[in-house]
Amino acid sequence: MILDILIAAALVIGSVFTLVGSYGLVKLDRCMARLHAPTKASTLGVGALLIASVLHFFATEDGSLHEILILAFLFVTAPLTAHFLAKSHIHWNTEEGRLPDPPEGETWAVQAPAESPLEDGDSTKRLI
Amino acid sequence: MIFYALLFAYVCIALSLLLALWRLIKGPNTIDRVLALDTMIINGIGLIVIYGVSTGSKTYFESALIIAMLGFVSTVAYARFILRGNIIE
Amino acid sequence: MIRRLLPHPYLTALLTAVWMVLHNSLSLGAFVVGLILGLLIPVFTAAYWPKRPALKKPLRILEYVGILLWDILVANMVVAATILFKSNANIRSTWVAIPLDIRTPEAITALASTITLTPGTVSADLSSEGSTLLVHCLDAEDPDEVRDQIKQRYERRLKEIFE
Repeated sequence: MILDILIAAALVIGSVFTLVGSYGLVKLDRCMARLHAPTKASTLGVGALLIASVLHFFATEDGSLHEILILAFLFVTAPLTAHFLAKSHIHWNTEEGRLPDPPEGETWAVQAPAESPLEDGDSTKRLI
Repeated sequence: MIFYALLFAYVCIALSLLLALWRLIKGPNTIDRVLALDTMIINGIGLIVIYGVSTGSKTYFESALIIAMLGFVSTVAYARFILRGNIIE
Repeated sequence: MIRRLLPHPYLTALLTAVWMVLHNSLSLGAFVVGLILGLLIPVFTAAYWPKRPALKKPLRILEYVGILLWDILVANMVVAATILFKSNANIRSTWVAIPLDIRTPEAITALASTITLTPGTVSADLSSEGSTLLVHCLDAEDPDEVRDQIKQRYERRLKEIFE
């Protein structure tokens, strides 16, 4: 019975945070602010759903550990995608050009001089 | 009680998929669209997980794991393509 | 000799654990197969990462993970309240530059991942020499406070673990 309540609570918490994450994706008006929304869905949202699944399989069958693997994988990869998207956002958007000054004698890595020949060509400009 | 919680979770995740889809269609620029796709992949993983709970079957977790991996790789490839214009340098 | 046969002990342990979880059983058979894979894969891929990451105090990682999970929980509530109850005009999102004391790549990666995992802050970029981290805050009263909190709470502990 207590386990049932825990499973139901985890399911409700996880789905509510997933929904709030997607709502934030629609509601927020600046692109950089929108980046914050999926980090919530992928940490507490899916995390709570996976915990509910672990508890459910320990209650009904002999238990399952797959979910921990999915959780660990999401926790490792979510920062990487957010970092990449933030980098491309800084690279392409000039409207939010009020970045803090980089330290003496350095630049932000994404603004460093290009190494790739495609970088300053116009071939990709039309993407945005 | 778990039945109602599952029902609630299905409704919430379906709604969040629709909201992310709206951002995917409307999104002012490409980065927003990639972000919306990433969110949809994460929501899809959640949907598969609660489907596994509601059917009481462990078969679906492999698919959730594979979707998590493919989603990560494809999002990074998209972001890389937007940033550099090619994927592998 | 032991260095040739066991180039990355942490990787071996991780691979064994991942195999056992994938196999979804804690049986001896899964452990043995996982151990064989965990011993072979690091030997064959050792050429690609010659340096072994240095962990000064591996047990402090547990404390760090506990603090991280608690902060994720708290920050989720805060950011959910921000998204639901604040209008767009009232959300003051800012950039914060965080000067780093840690130098090893592993520690900087761990810090950047931590910052992104706690909702409300996303690490966006690193300066070209790796001495400053650029962080975007969703809703910050005072950028200096965010910087001090990250340095106090995470960077100090990571410095103890890695350096």
